Amino acid sequence: MAETPRDIEQLIDLMARLPGLGPRSARRAVLMLLKKRGAVMAPLARVMAEVAETARDCQVCGNIGAAEICEICRDDRRATGEICVVEDVADLWALERGRAFKGRYHILGGTLSALDAVGPDDLRIPQLVARVREEATREVILALNATVDGQTTAHYIADALEETGVQVTSLAQGVPIGGELDYLDDGTIGAALKARRKF
Amino acid sequence: MEWQDEGVLIAMRPHGEASAIIEVFTAVHGRHAGVVRGGASRKVAAIMQPGTQLAVTWRARLEDHIGSFSVEPLQSRAALLGDRLALAGLSAICAMLRVALPEREGHPNLWRATMALLAALEHDPDWPALYLRWELILLEELGFGLDLTRCAATGSRDDLAFVSPKTGRAVSRGGAGEWADRLFPLPQCLMGQGPASAAEVAQGLAITGHFLARELAPVLGNRPMPEARTRLLTMLEKRR
Repeated sequence: MAETPRDIEQLIDLMARLPGLGPRSARRAVLMLLKKRGAVMAPLARVMAEVAETARDCQVCGNIGAAEICEICRDDRRATGEICVVEDVADLWALERGRAFKGRYHILGGTLSALDAVGPDDLRIPQLVARVREEATREVILALNATVDGQTTAHYIADALEETGVQVTSLAQGVPIGGELDYLDDGTIGAALKARRKF
Repeated sequence: MEWQDEGVLIAMRPHGEASAIIEVFTAVHGRHAGVVRGGASRKVAAIMQPGTQLAVTWRARLEDHIGSFSVEPLQSRAALLGDRLALAGLSAICAMLRVALPEREGHPNLWRATMALLAALEHDPDWPALYLRWELILLEELGFGLDLTRCAATGSRDDLAFVSPKTGRAVSRGGAGEWADRLFPLPQCLMGQGPASAAEVAQGLAITGHFLARELAPVLGNRPMPEARTRLLTMLEKRR
């Protein structure tokens, strides 16, 4: 059997490192790119090179943008006095898709984890405390995962912000839209019952 | 190879795209790791949290293989997510079990104590005293139990007031003499006597922490004790 050229093998190896792709699916993706070199591969390569050159971590919130300060942090309309704390850029994108939050964000870059030896100093918690002190912040919304690590981090941040006097809130936990009680785990049902409100 | 047991999930990390490698502390088989196919999926994310009580079935072709688990949830600890101190307690328990216990070695006494402590985290506000006793049992199970029954110097069973940081044995007030300031003060709650104040629990945890750090040093290398335990101690200290 004829061997695949070395460059193409290297491309397949690199593609296989992407989330959701294994060696076989990477091979399929590369084959598709090779078949559509002009229409897909060349523009994709050009854009990827550009983004690799221009992408920056926002110095204020940690979001990924094309400048030292991201668009959200530059936008005066988003200076509502609310900072939403999220674990990762993916969470920021999820909240932005929902268009429900009009304030600014702060990306921690992970959560405290005993297993992975991630401590407070490995996260952007000191920067958050400094931001709350410097900016006219009314409320910090902790939008962290409802996991042991996520909530441990949330409690830690709430403690760290205690001295600033800022109001600290967290996302509600309970029945998701379209959720059926029969399929919910007992922890979610318990949290939903605890957070019930007048109807 | 196949067995069924009941266990508490103490650690989970993703394995590939969809699977997970979990560590459970089981009633009969002790700390045991295994792969859970589909364990990293969102469907089972609520189950795959530290502290969840599981019915597990372990299968492997050979005994020394890592093998795979199939898991059924028995009890969630999600109620602890909103309680910062109890959550810190849960994290400390899982971290200590993971660091301290050798793999695949049953510890039925420690299992029973762990179950009682996990239940207390949800219902008993005095659980820090139970946590202290749990660390004592952990030391015992590791073979480094403290001897608090009689004075190491005089043999007396009365007026025990100190613990030797070298031997882990109790020392009476009379037996301590001029060495008293080099010994740990012995809180009475460590001997199961009387209610445990926050200060006494802190004193007790300083003692168990000293011996755990010393005995676990070969396992820990140059690393300190788990951060989760340190965080729990800081919170308990703030409460005093």
